[in-house]
Amino acid sequence: MTADILFQVLVSGLLIGLIYALVAVGLTLIFGVMDIVNFAHGEFLMLGMYASFWAFALFAVDPIVALPFTALLLFAVGVIVYQTVIRRILKAPMLSQIFATFGLMILLRGLAQFFWKPDHRLIPHSLVSGNLTLGSVQFGLPQFVAALGAVGVTGGLWYFLHRTRLGTALEATAIDREAATLMGIDGQKMFALAWGIGAACAGIAGGLIATFFPIFPEVGANFILIAFVVVVLGGFGSVTGAFLAGIIVGLIEVLGGFLVGPEYKTAIVLSLLLVVLLVRPRGLMGKA
Amino acid sequence: MNTAPLLAVDGLGKAFDGLVANRDISFKIHHAEIVGLIGPNGAGKTTLFNCLAGFYTPTTGRIAFEGRDITGSSPESAAALGIARTFQIVRVFHSMTARENVMVGAMLRDKRVREARKRADAELAFVGLSHRADVPASDLTVSEQKRLEVARALATDPKLILLDEVMAGLNPTEVREASQLVHRIHQRGIASIIVEHVMEGIMPIAHRMLVLDYGAKIADGTPAEIAENPAVIAAYLGD
Amino acid sequence: MSERTIPTPVKAFGALALLALAALLPLVVTEPSQQNFLILILMGAQLGVAWNIVGGYAGQVSLGHAVFYGIGAYTSTMLLLTLGLSPWVGALAGGGVSVLFALAMGWPCFRLKGHYFAMATIAVAEIVQILVTNSEFLEGAVGLSLPMDQSGWGVLIFLSKLPYYYVILGLLVLTVLTAWAIERSHIGYYFRAIKDEPEAARALGVSLTRYKLIALSVSAFLTALGGSFYAQKEMFIDPGSVLAGAISIKIALIAILGGVGTLLGPVLGAAVLITIEEYSRTLFGSTGSGTDMIIYAAMIILVAVFSPSGVLGLLGDLRRFLPGARSKGPDMADKMEIRP
Ligand SMILES: Nc1ncnc2c1ncn2[C@@H]1O[C@H](COP(=O)(O)OP(=O)(O)OP(=O)(O)O)[C@@H](O)[C@H]1O
Ligand SMILES: [Mg+2]
Repeated sequence: MTADILFQVLVSGLLIGLIYALVAVGLTLIFGVMDIVNFAHGEFLMLGMYASFWAFALFAVDPIVALPFTALLLFAVGVIVYQTVIRRILKAPMLSQIFATFGLMILLRGLAQFFWKPDHRLIPHSLVSGNLTLGSVQFGLPQFVAALGAVGVTGGLWYFLHRTRLGTALEATAIDREAATLMGIDGQKMFALAWGIGAACAGIAGGLIATFFPIFPEVGANFILIAFVVVVLGGFGSVTGAFLAGIIVGLIEVLGGFLVGPEYKTAIVLSLLLVVLLVRPRGLMGKA
Repeated sequence: MNTAPLLAVDGLGKAFDGLVANRDISFKIHHAEIVGLIGPNGAGKTTLFNCLAGFYTPTTGRIAFEGRDITGSSPESAAALGIARTFQIVRVFHSMTARENVMVGAMLRDKRVREARKRADAELAFVGLSHRADVPASDLTVSEQKRLEVARALATDPKLILLDEVMAGLNPTEVREASQLVHRIHQRGIASIIVEHVMEGIMPIAHRMLVLDYGAKIADGTPAEIAENPAVIAAYLGD
Repeated sequence: MSERTIPTPVKAFGALALLALAALLPLVVTEPSQQNFLILILMGAQLGVAWNIVGGYAGQVSLGHAVFYGIGAYTSTMLLLTLGLSPWVGALAGGGVSVLFALAMGWPCFRLKGHYFAMATIAVAEIVQILVTNSEFLEGAVGLSLPMDQSGWGVLIFLSKLPYYYVILGLLVLTVLTAWAIERSHIGYYFRAIKDEPEAARALGVSLTRYKLIALSVSAFLTALGGSFYAQKEMFIDPGSVLAGAISIKIALIAILGGVGTLLGPVLGAAVLITIEEYSRTLFGSTGSGTDMIIYAAMIILVAVFSPSGVLGLLGDLRRFLPGARSKGPDMADKMEIRP
């Protein structure tokens, strides 16, 4: 009985943790490549959710089917954000960098509120719905598909970074910008690419959770904090670290919520952020 | 005359994750002495400065200042004891004027703003930057910024000043001026250790030279002795 | 920074004239809703000036200042409700609690630099909001109401807006004077040094921890006073109104818009931000259509991209774009350098 509950909790934690990982890999990639923390990252996820919502509402396209479109759209958003704003603050004092992405966060939230109203929206009757029972453990099919998708995309990103020319160049820039520049890698191009991919990852995460999570302009706020925890725990700039940390954070959140009370689960995760920042600022796998 | 050394370094070592930047370095510095610290790139000169000024905690060895063990003390307390430094890559307070930069240094001994301003003006005059006092530090040339760092360090009333490549990138006239500046610092009774690649700047004024190579001290003697030391010549040629 | 461009007597006269103007303003603006609007601006300005002490002068960006605001509001309100303590004393107590909290939080967190510190402040504020929301003792999400049966200067509850106006004006003056005194003393120099080049500041004997803690404590104290004032004015507080992340954001925004590290910039920032907020509310309805957010976000981005010195600086910088203006000074290219 207790073992069943525990197992149920662990599975739920794993499923949500994989989503957190997907949100966080984009954030960590951007940070790794250019030392900028994107406070607007949760808003990329929000845009991904709305893209899915409108694809469904206007064209009756299921969020899962719309994923490639969502990814492309967010890739474009990321590149545009980089070209219009971020490019200009690369050498600015850190304060300006914080304010710029922080301003973006508020701008995107404001735009969403202006165009799409502050209401919570839901996507009813999506392609994947219902529950899945596995022995004594039960979980939502949408959650399961989302987690699978998250694994697929994170895995794809890993493959891209380690097995393709372009990806290796990006990874090299993330590991050592100076050395990469010396090797003739075009920094500007890599930066734009990091923003495109980072935004696309968050957007895909948005699309994946759009079927079971309410969609509203400030939804990103929930995720950015958790993504921070994941990025910090995994080590700034480490995709593998973010993947593992995402799972850990998901497990801790669900387990903590189960043991202490669901109202405290975010507080528990944020305490983890503080502890990691203070005890091991470089995270599990981060560079020193 | 006080014969006890101002600074005594004994068996100092510093390693970064396996990379040994300083190993078993021992030497003494006397009051008002001018000591040149040379060595090929990456020899560990800046690391040694960081250890002396409290920025790094040495992995091994002891540092004594005026007979007191200061190993592993913080930069703040090193400054308070009388060890001042400049940075190889300049670190001026860019949102402040030259005068305000030096005032921050002067405030170590006297927190009153008015007094700090007086002291700053005196130090700016000492390094020849009076005419630039009201200019934002970020608008100064790099060589001016280096002098500003010297003025700022002097304003803390140090007994020992660590100068990290203050002559780099200067033209011959400026190098001569910088040498004279070091000499005038000596006349104020302040000891200095000077990291320098510009030999013309350091050899004529140094009382003594220390040479580092691969983190270890390979020579310690007068400039004339050093110039003929086979180990030193090998280190520079083999580089 | 170019402190000697305007002679001190002129500045002092200007400040007094401004104060006199502010004191006389409610005689002209008599409509309660308009007086309320002025009060909101002064409240925002006070918070912005307080934030600026740590975020602007000392360069430690806090995105969790609501925690101090909430501590102020909750402490004075709880002391009034449980012990019947006057809010004058309660506000000071709130300031004290806030300072203790700032010290406890700053001691570990100030080891973190830049982005990390900002993240930690968000996390701390969020945790406190969750704890208070679930605290029975503090009435959780229900919130606390002040008793309606008394009014007057002793309990700091008034039936008209005017007294609130003068109280918050007084608090703003106190806050500005504090910031001004700091700016002029060695502490202000140390703050700027820490913000510009912390390592160099240490080499000159400046203890980073001590001065960052001073900055955060002073800022926290003043922010808590602002929180107590809010409780007195609204006579109702709950986690959403005094501890929410949106409040932290707003406090920082006011200072950023007005000019980080300038004495009166936040006052301008508050005037701009509150005006935008109120106008977009009247134009687009009270639900908040997001237009206010869009406008001020656009302004922040412009400020961050073009002028790190805020709206004030932006206006000044426009000269740069005029023909014949001198080009921008050496920028901070060395910020990218990897230092030993
Ligand atoms: N903080 C650090 N972490 C890791 N390695 C370091 C660090 N600081 C210095 N090193 C390494 O220690 C060695 C000595 O460096 P150091 O800067 O002391 O040399 P240097 O003699 O000052 O050289 P230069 O003449 O180029 O200034 C170098 O290999 C350097 O890469
Ligand atoms: Mg060096």
